[in-house]
This record gives sequence, C-alpha cells and structure tokens, in this order.
Amino acid sequence: MATSAATISRGTVPDVKAFDSFLAISLIAVLASCVRAIWFTPVDAMLGAAQKNFYVHVPAAIVGLYVACGLLAISSILYLWLKDERLDRLAEASAEVGLLFMGIVLVTGPIWARTSWGTWWVWEARITSTLFLWLLVLGYLVLRGAVESPESRARLSAVMGALAALLVPFIHLTVKLFRGMHPQPVVLKPEKPSMPPEMLATFLMATVAFLLLFFALLRMRMRWATLRDARAALEGA
Amino acid sequence: MNTTAPATASHRPPAFFADAIRLARKDLLIEFRTRSAFLAATVFAVLAVVIFRFTWDPTAIPAFDLAPGVLWVIFTFSGLLGLNRSFGLEQAERAYDGLLASQMSRESIFAGKVLANLVFVAGVQALTLPAVALFFDLQVGSAWGVLIGIVLCASLGLAAVGTLFAAIAANTRLAELLLPMMTLPFFVPLVIPAAQTSAVILRGQPLDDALPWFKLLLAFDLVFVTACLAVFPFTIEE
Repeated sequence: MATSAATISRGTVPDVKAFDSFLAISLIAVLASCVRAIWFTPVDAMLGAAQKNFYVHVPAAIVGLYVACGLLAISSILYLWLKDERLDRLAEASAEVGLLFMGIVLVTGPIWARTSWGTWWVWEARITSTLFLWLLVLGYLVLRGAVESPESRARLSAVMGALAALLVPFIHLTVKLFRGMHPQPVVLKPEKPSMPPEMLATFLMATVAFLLLFFALLRMRMRWATLRDARAALEGA
Repeated sequence: MNTTAPATASHRPPAFFADAIRLARKDLLIEFRTRSAFLAATVFAVLAVVIFRFTWDPTAIPAFDLAPGVLWVIFTFSGLLGLNRSFGLEQAERAYDGLLASQMSRESIFAGKVLANLVFVAGVQALTLPAVALFFDLQVGSAWGVLIGIVLCASLGLAAVGTLFAAIAANTRLAELLLPMMTLPFFVPLVIPAAQTSAVILRGQPLDDALPWFKLLLAFDLVFVTACLAVFPFTIEE
C-alpha cells in the first residue's frame, strides 16, 4: 500500500488548477452555438421558434445517450477484463456527466413537446427508453456510493455496467413494441439529412460544442477521482 | 479456489447440477423450517391484491384489463422480498466464506441460488395467481397452461437477474434499499412482455397476438441467464 501511495503521489497525480482552459473553451463554444441557433439560424416554417430546442435537445441526446453510455458500457466491460482502476474512473465519470446530459434531454424534451404535441409527456419508445436509461445510470451511481472499498466498488459497479449494456437493446425493443410518435431522426439517418444547410451547420456546431463540454467535464471529473483515490491511498498507507 | 484445485480433488463437470441442486435444497430447507420470508411474501402479495382491488372503479375498467398489471407488479415486489434473503442468509456466521471454500464452482453456487429463488417465487405465485383470479373474477379459460408457462418463463429471468443483484447488494451498506433500485430497470423487459402476454390470454385473444412478446421474453431469459452466470464470479471478493 505504501509503495503504491508513493508512486501515486510522485507520478500520476494531476495538478490542481483553479482555471481549466479546456472547460472554458467548451463553455464558450456552447454559448456561441446557442447565440448562432437563436439569432443566426432561420426559424422553421412549420414548427416555428420551438424548433430551436432541436439544437440543444438532439446534441445533448447524442452526447448523453450514445457517447456517455457507450463509454460507460465499454469501460465497465474492459474493467472486468483488465482490472485497471483508470477504466473504473472513466466509467464513474462518464456515468455522472452522462446523467447531466440525459437530464438536459429529459428537461428540454417535454418543454418542446408541450408546444408541439400539446402535452408534457408521452409514453413513446425513445422517450421511455431514455427515462429508463437515466434511472439505470442513477441506480448505478447509487450503487457506487453504497460500497466502501474502492476495489469492490469498481468490480461490482462494472458488473452492473456490463449487464446494463445488454439491457438497453431489450428495453428499447420492449418499448418499441408500443407504437411511437417521436419525430424520426432527421440527421442520423441512412439517406442525406433532410435539413436546410444553415440549420445543419448550426446543429453540427452545437453537437461539436456539446461534445467539447462533455469531454471537458469528463476530464475534470476523472482528475477529481484520481486525486480522491490518491488521497485514499495516502490515508490508508 | 477450486478451479485451480489439484487433479485428485478436481471439479467434475456432471457435478454442476448436482451441486446446484444440493445448494438449492439447503436454502429451501432453511426456508421451509423457518417459513419467515415465504410467509411474509405471500401475505404481502395477497394484501396487495386486496388493496389494488379498491383502487379502481370496476364499472369503468374491466378486470381483465387491470389484472395483468396488478399480477406482475405483485410478482415483482414479492419476488424482491425473497431475493433479499438469498445472500443475507449466508452472511450469518460468515457461511458464505465456507461455501466459497467448498468444492463447488462459482457457477454452480449461482445456479443453486437461482434455483432456490425460482422455487420461492413460483411458490408465492402459485398462491397469488388463484387469489388474483378469485378477487378479480377472472376467467382464465383453457389457456391456463400457457399462462403458467409464461409465468415460469418470466420468473426464470427474474430469479437470474435478481439473484445476481442480490449478490451485489449483499456487499453494500444499503442492501435492502439498493436491490429494487438496481433490479427494477432490469425487470422492465420481463414484466412488460409478461403482462402483455397475460393480458392476451385473459382477454381470450388468439395466442398469436402474444407471440412477439413471448419471443422477447425467451430472448431475455437466454441472454440474461447466460450473462449473469458469466459475471457472477466477479461479485465475489477473492
């Protein structure tokens, strides 16, 4: 224990910085894409101003549902195999940051639905899957909080993360057997995206900005976890 | 431990089921002699049936529309009562360490626990199903065999996933509280297809209507029984 604490304190502990320039850049990018979406992108002829929600909702969904949950699943499965504590920190960080982005999806969705569908909530396949995924990640984080030893915490939560990766297709299939009314994908679909170029540019900009923000937060969260583990190792030594 | 045991005390493949059945028998014997969890789960289930009966207006919603949901909510929660005990049982006097040090493979420990939980859940269901049929005045008709098959199919998945998470929860501070939080999302692809299939049977619709749901149920069983068996050894501290 003493040797591992020593190596951690000498080598791999990240510097503690008051100002994170990566985070600052990503926040500026998000702000810029919001400005562009509100003032410099044409208003949709059919959906009106409510369509602007699209530039937040869909990038957040791509980042929160695909990137964050994908990272969580992959790092959990790899942890069971390689037993590398960095993978555990990656899983922890992607779960927490992913929860935030999925939260954005679940908040912006109903706001848009109220104006376009006339109701806050619809039990539709994509929406229901997202809600269950959000609850699943929340359960994952509660499990992490309930285990004392870092090794057990990593191992047990990796088991849950790996099983959750198998569960998601099943949940999606289940809720899909109920009929859906969610708008079909307009960007990530086999044919060319059906959107005017200005809107597509704004959308892509917002997606890149959200990705930057995600990775900035992920990096910050992983640094924090590394420092926490290093402190625990020092205290244990 | 026993996986690296010398050849003289080697693990014999055919013993997998024998070991599992022996462990299940032990758990069920303890349960049979104390009857604490089984009684609690059954009383809970019947109480829940009675309470649900008063939460809706029978003139507005026909019983066969409501009963499948009620049935599966009750099955899920009463099952959780038994699952909580599954590994809690082994923690007294550190019996689990003894079990792990024994000749049994990790996989047969898991299979034994799943088997015991399956029998437990099926026992509770055997008493709850008639109670629901009685209080909700259901006509199951000729398809009762199919209904039992579906109940067993869903219970297998429920027992497998539930046992795995019970093993995880036993290592945490909040075992009883954490188990429902972790398992309920996993029960979604079980409970919804099971309730939908039951609804088809109770309404007297042709069984073909339930086929997509039934396939989903079977796929879940296949994938998750295998996956849980594979990851169970990771829940054990070496």
